[in-house]
Amino acid sequence: MAQQMMYVEAMATAIAEEMQRDENVILMGQNLGMTERDPFVQKFGKNRVRLTPISETAELGIAIGAATTGLRPIVELYMYEFMLVAFDQVINEAPRFRYMSGGRVKVPVVFKAGYGFAAGWAGQHANCLYHMLMGTPGLRVALPSTPADAKGLMKSAIRDDNPVVFLHHYLMTIDKGDVPDGDYTIPFGVADIKRAGTDLTIVATGWMVPKSLAAAEQLAKDGIHAEVIDPRTLAPLDIATIIESVKKTGRLVLVDQATRHASVAVIIAGEIAERAFPYLKAPIKLVTALDCPIPYSKPMESFILPNEEKIVESAKLVLTTRTARV
Amino acid sequence: MKKKEDLGKDKLVWMWTQMVRIREFEERVKRTFIEHPGVIRGHTHLGDGAEASIVGALATRDSEDPVVPTYRCHGYPLVLGTPPKNMIAEIYGRKDGLCGGFGGSMHLCDPERHFLSPSGIVGQGIAHATGAALTAQVKKTGQVVYSFFGEGSTKQGAFYESLNIAAVWKLPIVFVLENNEYQVYTHVSAEDANSAAGEPLSKKAGAFSIPGVTVDGTDPLAVYEAVGEAVDRARSGKGPSLVESTFYRLSAHGNSITVPPMTTQFGEHEAIEVYGNGDEYSAAKARDPIPKFRAILIARGFLSDTDAQKIETAARAEMDAAVTYALASSLPAPEEATNHIFA
Repeated sequence: MAQQMMYVEAMATAIAEEMQRDENVILMGQNLGMTERDPFVQKFGKNRVRLTPISETAELGIAIGAATTGLRPIVELYMYEFMLVAFDQVINEAPRFRYMSGGRVKVPVVFKAGYGFAAGWAGQHANCLYHMLMGTPGLRVALPSTPADAKGLMKSAIRDDNPVVFLHHYLMTIDKGDVPDGDYTIPFGVADIKRAGTDLTIVATGWMVPKSLAAAEQLAKDGIHAEVIDPRTLAPLDIATIIESVKKTGRLVLVDQATRHASVAVIIAGEIAERAFPYLKAPIKLVTALDCPIPYSKPMESFILPNEEKIVESAKLVLTTRTARV
Repeated sequence: MKKKEDLGKDKLVWMWTQMVRIREFEERVKRTFIEHPGVIRGHTHLGDGAEASIVGALATRDSEDPVVPTYRCHGYPLVLGTPPKNMIAEIYGRKDGLCGGFGGSMHLCDPERHFLSPSGIVGQGIAHATGAALTAQVKKTGQVVYSFFGEGSTKQGAFYESLNIAAVWKLPIVFVLENNEYQVYTHVSAEDANSAAGEPLSKKAGAFSIPGVTVDGTDPLAVYEAVGEAVDRARSGKGPSLVESTFYRLSAHGNSITVPPMTTQFGEHEAIEVYGNGDEYSAAKARDPIPKFRAILIARGFLSDTDAQKIETAARAEMDAAVTYALASSLPAPEEATNHIFA
């Protein structure tokens, strides 16, 4: 059975179900569980729902210390940028302890944060900075694009014995979709083919997934059948599914809201160039944000970000260009 | 109440024995730089001078209480029972190392003995220790966490953030501020507002409305009482305390930072090397906690000179054997490097 649910509800449902299932799961963060009326406090009590001050370093560090000693903390950070204040804990503490101990400890912790809030939040609250997380061995990174994925990936994140950065897209918060009931998990490292097609492959993450699906719909009107793939987790990254698709289509468009030089797109492009070059019929096309901070004013913000039109345009470009060697 | 008068002969002799073992261990590590150049890589930090503080604090501990150190982490696990041969092997990067050669000197950990992973980044471990105390509180285990850190780390945000939260949540944790006077190469009076004003660093506790005391860290019994009071308070649910333990680091901050193929070595202490203040260092040497406590135990009739020599000889033999073991242990296979990235 499934029910219609918002993206934000799907995440909350997953957290509540996992807290119900495992008493070692705790939730902590700023401005949560303030009163006895809070549904999480009502259900799980203030012992497991921890209101923190504005102290990201301590929040993440405490979660790590709690994780190494038997709890499974989820830290609600609200915005990715707040995590930057405590980036040592994210990059150089949580993913290092298991390794440096020679496998003697584990760090089952979830850092949950929103990102990409392209709605006039300007330069410091609307970034897409997951690139560096992908390059941090020991860290898992989930980036759901639907309510169902949000639930399934959150449950997997909480059950994972490794540190997970769970990034939800702010602009999809109230998007609705069918969400399976009960014990629904999505394994990490398994991409989802959101739309099957034969003419070209579009790989997109987060908010760019619905944009790419809309672009594919437009292309279909012109008889072009685009396959749209969402990796769903950036670490591990399911390159195999992308290669399989490229073998079939020979053409690849990579769509990412991040700035070009810090995008998932450049990572995938590098992998495909090395491992699937013979199957490419045209150069890979990247549709990313410009290498530019996020401007406040709407026309400028729209200008620097990828959108449906840019995806359609790029798709048509890869369908009409050829590699030099063919 | 933990009173030093209640400590019996066995416990007192045990305490001094642990101090001697730590000193012997650190001496062996230091000598490795001369006897086996190149065997120790990277950066190594020694705890000589801290023995009374470490042992006095840990003598108050229950067997299940977690300990979170800094990267100057060799002393504590010796007291908790971690075999020195595996510790030395780790410092030598060997397969039989405590952490399989993945961590080295700064990252010794032994979770089965509740010795948790040290962070190599100054101050960050204070937050991890606070997290271990959260686990104890949430799971109602009755444990008290021992968080050790240096005076330098008290200028990190992690210190303020963690002590604030620990106080608000009344977490079962004791913050042991080891003031060894030098953070890396800088004297505490040049970088700490309390010290610059001629006041103890334990004054910082007032910012969190928790007890703060300063104790002579070269006197294991004084440390025992101060930490013991804080532990009792924490275990009874009244929350954290800050105990500043003052002593003098007897070795340099770490071995020299040199670029291969130059070999690394231990230089003189910063008081001599940086500040040209040999008198300060000599005075500190004269307050060396180990002969001081030895003399007290002999004077009070808890220890004979012969027994003391036996303990010293045994510790030396134990650490010699650990070095022999570590040198004989093979290096890890290169491809093992990709193990343990994920659980």
